[in-house]
Amino acid sequence: MGLDWTLYDKIFENRVRLQIMSVLVANDDYDFNGLKDLLQVTDGNLASNLKSLEKEGYIEVFKSFVDRKPNTRYSKTAKGQKAFENHLLALENLIKQQYK
Amino acid sequence: MKQDDIIKEIGQIRSLMERSSKFLSISGLSGVLIGLYALVGAFAGYYTVYGFNSRFGYRDYYVTDSFVIYKLIAIAAAVLIVSLLTGWWMAHLKARNAGQSIWNAASKSLLFAVGVPLLTGGLLSIILVLRGDYGMVASSLLIFYGLALCAGSTFTFKEIRWLGIFEIVLGLMALCLPGYGLWFWTIGFGILHIVYGFIVHKRYE
Repeated sequence: MGLDWTLYDKIFENRVRLQIMSVLVANDDYDFNGLKDLLQVTDGNLASNLKSLEKEGYIEVFKSFVDRKPNTRYSKTAKGQKAFENHLLALENLIKQQYK
Repeated sequence: MKQDDIIKEIGQIRSLMERSSKFLSISGLSGVLIGLYALVGAFAGYYTVYGFNSRFGYRDYYVTDSFVIYKLIAIAAAVLIVSLLTGWWMAHLKARNAGQSIWNAASKSLLFAVGVPLLTGGLLSIILVLRGDYGMVASSLLIFYGLALCAGSTFTFKEIRWLGIFEIVLGLMALCLPGYGLWFWTIGFGILHIVYGFIVHKRYE
């Protein structure tokens, strides 16, 4: 069986994006500061990777105000969830391939 | 990509999914301590009702003597407060050692899931006391505490679900045997917490 590279997602080659997606798949939604604490990355790094995931249609952004401070929450889209699952499947196949 | 890299990456994904959705800073040892407080509280409660001088099974006082019930409530409240402080403080230490915050998305979800059944049970027991239905307080608190643990188990160690189920079973048994509430509390809040604390400590710490 040849490797099915169509499942592999270039977007998730970036570790931060893959990590963001893992958190959003496991939770209904998550806010910016929560993600920052969890991933231990800088604001700029996190923001730019969130932007590219949003552009791809993998995540949705909800902006609101809590105590007059801006609060930005992120959640996965159905498309993003599917892409994440496919990417994991691709990684799994990659491992199986190398065991042969 | 090398195979080791992929396996490491998948491991990171797993850990991130778990850390983001579960609050794992609850300390097993705090469970043991809380169980010990409950045992001390049970002795104090036993002494309040039965006294020291009476032979086993003979009461010096009855729960229906109104000041006895308030003494018992005071003991229970003191144990509850010290237990909450211990649990919070030790979780705080554990989280700090792991470089995490105790107040995050997972702990908020946990608090909400546990809070709803627990608050309901607390208010119910206050109503029962005010109405003079003392017999059902011990059992209903065990039942609601068990329900709260089951509800919260999605957001922390899965062992908590079993602790919750055992508390519910004890509560139902206590309902069948009115008058033995203190014994069921000793088992439920004392011994079960100690056993559970040791299990979590052994498995995760």
